[in-house]
Amino acid sequence: MKLNVPTLESLQAEGKKAAVVFWVGCAGSFDDRAKKITKAFVKILNHTETSFAVLGTEESCTGDPAKRAGNEFLFQMQALQNITTLDRYGVTKIVTTCPHCFNTLKNEYPELGGHYKVMHHTQFLKSLINEGSLKVEGGRYKGKRITFHDPCYLGRANNIFEAPRSLIKKLDAELVEMKSCKTKGLCCGAGGAQMFKDAEAGDKEINIERTEQALDTQPNIIAAACPFCTTMMTDGIKNKKQEHTVEIKDVAELIANANNL
Amino acid sequence: MGYLPNFIFLALLLIGGGLFTRNIFRIRRNILLGKKIVRNDKKSERWGYMFRVALGQSKMGAKPLAAFLHLIVYVGFILINIELFEIILDGLLGTHRIFAPLLGSFYEVLIGSFEILAFLVIVAVIVFWTRRNLVKIKRFWKSEMKGWPKRDADYILYFEIILMVLFLSMNATDLLLQQKGIAAYTQTADFPISQFLYPLFESLSVQSLILLERGFWWTHILGILVFLNYLYYSKHLHILLAFPNTYYSNLESDGKFEVDPHIKNEVLLMMNPDQVTSDSGSSPPDKFGASDVFDLKWIQLMNAYSCTECGRCTEVCPANQTGKKLSPRKIMMDTRDRLEEVGKNINVNKGVFQPDQKQLLNNYISPEELWACTSCNACVDACPIAIDPLSIIIDMRQYLVMEQSAAPQELNAMMGNIENNGAPWPFSNQDRLQWVDE
Repeated sequence: MKLNVPTLESLQAEGKKAAVVFWVGCAGSFDDRAKKITKAFVKILNHTETSFAVLGTEESCTGDPAKRAGNEFLFQMQALQNITTLDRYGVTKIVTTCPHCFNTLKNEYPELGGHYKVMHHTQFLKSLINEGSLKVEGGRYKGKRITFHDPCYLGRANNIFEAPRSLIKKLDAELVEMKSCKTKGLCCGAGGAQMFKDAEAGDKEINIERTEQALDTQPNIIAAACPFCTTMMTDGIKNKKQEHTVEIKDVAELIANANNL
Repeated sequence: MGYLPNFIFLALLLIGGGLFTRNIFRIRRNILLGKKIVRNDKKSERWGYMFRVALGQSKMGAKPLAAFLHLIVYVGFILINIELFEIILDGLLGTHRIFAPLLGSFYEVLIGSFEILAFLVIVAVIVFWTRRNLVKIKRFWKSEMKGWPKRDADYILYFEIILMVLFLSMNATDLLLQQKGIAAYTQTADFPISQFLYPLFESLSVQSLILLERGFWWTHILGILVFLNYLYYSKHLHILLAFPNTYYSNLESDGKFEVDPHIKNEVLLMMNPDQVTSDSGSSPPDKFGASDVFDLKWIQLMNAYSCTECGRCTEVCPANQTGKKLSPRKIMMDTRDRLEEVGKNINVNKGVFQPDQKQLLNNYISPEELWACTSCNACVDACPIAIDPLSIIIDMRQYLVMEQSAAPQELNAMMGNIENNGAPWPFSNQDRLQWVDE
């Protein structure tokens, strides 16, 4: 199925507007694993005939990894550049599959003049279900044991715990919680720009610790809602040689697969 | 003798209270060495948060047993100190149990409840000591807890036990003297706990009993004054600072990091040199980020003084859990240690800090610790009194990156990529939509 992904630029040329901008993010654009999440989400948007657009080549890093690494200059330059772009198109509503983009756009852009209604894709999918435009039945996930890994910047940082869980429950799956979950959720190890560097000396990698916690729940699937968490957990599962028994899936992928999209 | 005891008491009270007041002002002065940040907005929300978190101890519940024991000691501490009113009045006026005739049988209920609380406090403190020293709960035995921090924690427990035992012994000997009909000892009924201590003192003569009773009474009040002044040197300061610390805490969501207004001016100036208005006002700061306590905000310094080193932050830190050097608690302890060092420097140099070739970065906190943080906010969430170690870590990273270009090599590469092609990886921005056709 060919994906229908309009850009804001192309819509503007046709004199049209999009109801929401899908902020794809760098991982969602370039990382092979994360691209699958992007596509799954777009399939749902297409399926529900949601009016959306992407920035495409006009999108640039939100500046999150630069800010967490201590480069406030670079962060603010990225932010101001993005705000200029978004405001040029009169954007008011943004949805993103990346909790880091979500947090930065939602919490840190307003002080630099960027005021948008920002939603994480799990919130957005939940609203599509509530509106009735998206129907979800378990399908292949019916009865599966699924544990959900809370992304730090979705959960603890922004108190979004229920939206992803409510989606998993829609799959008629058995949601099992890890020993540290929700506000106590353990980081996957990628945040704070750690994704882009080797870890400091220690006796274990953080993603291995978190993968072990997830495997303790004996899941069929480990669900995540962040492209970086998905990568870290996928690496963890490989390290534990469980990649053939346990799947790592973003919630958007679960919903798309359940609907055979 | 005459009024001599009254004067001695007054003198002790003035010395104890005076030293304490001086120390409080020193702490205030040290905290205000920090940079400005507005934290007196949203007053009703702040009061509510303080009542819930500091007074109501709502965040302690994550560890139910510790929360229960802590609640006993906390309620005990506050209520038993009501008795201090009477002790101070008695000491100043030369009276004995001045409230007893005034309150009648309610007096016995009051002191009776204090005794029960005192007993519970002793039990709770013994359990605390056992958890710390025999069960050896891991968070109390991390590397930053060696030496003074370990001793400090034990001293506080010993102080509390001694004060409670003195209070009960004072009552026991008092009651025995009442039973012997000694005139100066106002008659009250037996108290619920101290009566079990009678066998220890029963066989003593009236003379020895009076000596002991007075001894307990004086040591008790002296102990309280010493403990009050011990706070200044101890992690136990949290009993006072937990309140302002929660009141002035960050009420925004944990994910929102401060957007530096000075840098905003600089960036705006760089991007639109003509458009920057003069009302942005402030000149560029002499330093970006933090390398020493002077560069931190005052609330971060108050955080450091408020920390009671319970280690809940370090226990949940993913870096610490996996054996890295980073410990959020150590970040707070180092900040306080450096701030106290700076404070002492100011004290001996007539109120002016003399450069000492030291700073918080490197002398206390190493870059290795700072770079191990995942900014996951687990430490911030775990703190029962809203201390924010993460903000200090980020401020110090800012110094390393923006002043020293001293980020790890891979992070420099990541930032170079963002600067050049708008993504943390070396992909061309023109390829951002390739996934559509793959």
